[in-house]
Amino acid sequence: MTTALKEWPLWEVFVRSKQGLEHKHCGSLHAADAAQALDMARDVYTRRQEGVSIWVVPSAQITASNPDEKGELFDPAADKIYRHPTFYEIPDEVGHM
Amino acid sequence: MYTQSFNVPDAPDGKTVPLAPSKEDAALQAAFDTRIDADGRIEPQDWMPEAYRKTLVRQISQHAHSEIVGMLPEGNWISRAPSLKRKAILIAKVQDEGGHGLYLYSAAETLGTSRDQMLEGLHSGRAKYSSIFNYPTLTWADVGVIGWLVDGAAIMNQIPLCRCSYGPYARAMVRVCKEESFHQRQGYEALLVMMTGTEEQKAMVQDAVDRWWWKCLAMFGPPDADSPNSAQGMRWGIKRVSNDDLRQKFVDATVPQAKVLGVTLPDPDLKWNEERQHHDYGRIDWNEFWETVNGNGPCNKERLATRVKAHNDGQWVRDAALAHARKQQSRNMKEAA
Amino acid sequence: MSTATDYLLHLADNALVLGQRNAEWCGHGPILEEDIALSNVSLDLIGQARLLYQLVASLQGGDATEDKLAYFRDTGEFRNYTLLELPHSGPLSGYAHASLDYGTTIVRNFLYSALMALLWEALEKSANADLAAIASKSLKEVRYHLRHSRDWLVRLGDGTDESHARTQAALDHLMPYTQEFWTGSPAEAAAFAAGIGVDLQTLKADWDGIVDGALTEATLKRPLLEGYVSEGKKGLHSEHLGFLLAEMQSLARAHPNGNW
Repeated sequence: MTTALKEWPLWEVFVRSKQGLEHKHCGSLHAADAAQALDMARDVYTRRQEGVSIWVVPSAQITASNPDEKGELFDPAADKIYRHPTFYEIPDEVGHM
Repeated sequence: MYTQSFNVPDAPDGKTVPLAPSKEDAALQAAFDTRIDADGRIEPQDWMPEAYRKTLVRQISQHAHSEIVGMLPEGNWISRAPSLKRKAILIAKVQDEGGHGLYLYSAAETLGTSRDQMLEGLHSGRAKYSSIFNYPTLTWADVGVIGWLVDGAAIMNQIPLCRCSYGPYARAMVRVCKEESFHQRQGYEALLVMMTGTEEQKAMVQDAVDRWWWKCLAMFGPPDADSPNSAQGMRWGIKRVSNDDLRQKFVDATVPQAKVLGVTLPDPDLKWNEERQHHDYGRIDWNEFWETVNGNGPCNKERLATRVKAHNDGQWVRDAALAHARKQQSRNMKEAA
Repeated sequence: MSTATDYLLHLADNALVLGQRNAEWCGHGPILEEDIALSNVSLDLIGQARLLYQLVASLQGGDATEDKLAYFRDTGEFRNYTLLELPHSGPLSGYAHASLDYGTTIVRNFLYSALMALLWEALEKSANADLAAIASKSLKEVRYHLRHSRDWLVRLGDGTDESHARTQAALDHLMPYTQEFWTGSPAEAAAFAAGIGVDLQTLKADWDGIVDGALTEATLKRPLLEGYVSEGKKGLHSEHLGFLLAEMQSLARAHPNGNW
């Protein structure tokens, strides 16, 4: 018998649940290449009509932010409260704005 | 499906993990503890204590192994399902267990362990899986009873895991629980229909209940007093409810269901305790549980050898797919050049 | 005497027998992802069989049901292609075929799906509106089965030396059984005459095109055919169908008055 080549690479699966919505990450799987990953994703992640469109991305290709830099990356947005509509008081008689 | 106490120790793998923390680790440890205490979530790239990582890998991989070994006892009956409707339901159900195994392996892979490594642990006999699958499925009623009682017990255990402190595990469990709800219902409904049938069918249902009841109670794992890992698991938010509490909840939920079904649960000590507002139940045979967990149950060897054979027989198929993918890639590169 | 109903049974038995065979992989597949994929194929086939048996039962009337048709007919009454009842192995008798061979599974699924992708499309125009509706639903399913099995055929043929050799052997073993597709049967003739069925000969050139295209990509050689032509669709089966049905029907027959 031959010796094993190695494990199939890992892919991240994103599924659009219905037309008009964004693709959302729903899990991962192993497949030999992109075409197969797409078919496998159909069989694994849309058995209950969860999707109308699928993306697959090699897991190794994802660049993620460093959790140690969470403070400098995300905390500075915390005090920009003027970006939110609720920051502004508008008289009731104006109605919805 | 089927978590039991996934805090059963695996056999030693010969590697030791350094546990003594450095100074730098102490600060990280404090930050980790704070997040856990605040019921926060840990994500794959976050720092985590090695023991937490190791416990999670063990628990999630044992859970995943249980799902795929769990395909076998029920899978026995796919070819003999007594109607085409039941055949389709059973294939879909067993297939779901495979899917659950896949989600869980993926969750464990985020902790830096490959699926192949985990399978190696299973195939070598080092890694444990739920003891319940080392019992034989002798009649069609076993399929219904596994759905009703075994999946019922599993759901009790899994719903709290949707709030597990480790994000990928919790998310996998949300998906699993969504799919799992059909499993228990289909099992119970199959039994209800059988109970409207012939005397032989009714006897078949009762016989299956008699054989599986105690094994299901044991599935929740050893009593709290004998579960040294449980306290740490609770502290880390990996385990949310204790073995005994889950077991009690299961008994209390099942008694009225058995009554509606028209079967007797095989425990003379089973009765309502007005003071505790719970059912009392008899003594579980923990010797048998440990014998089975440790490889000496009626089907351990068959289940494991069957998994190993499927994996080994599939090697040439997996290799072929990879070889083709590589050839294709180099062809595309030549074309582009 | 053959009637158009026999033709519907032929279609139903094809779907059930192959669904039953493919389900043998559930829990034993080469990798988890593929285990799940092949179960989907089985579920589609069993779904097709159920719709077709229900249609036959409604035409027969009386106490006919899908399960009576599936579980209480004997080997000689089944009308499926012999190809579909063969075990997942090379040419072996009785219990000699203990191990499942994925190459055999894929080659068979490919050869049959290629036919059914054409046949279901043609049957969308059947004079029987119920059959036409089943054909429309089944066509979508079988197009995916064809895509799945063709993709694997190419991977296995083009993959490693071992996978190439195994797949070529499976092809050499199974291809002769496809001759049954192109030899007529009284049921097919009756269905065609009634406007319900299709003249299979009109599909052969397209089927050859699908097969040859895939085999070329898979670097496999199409075997020359000669000799025995199987006759499963006339009720003359291989030795294997008896075992398959004995297992499949055992529980239902042990409790003929059971409720499931």
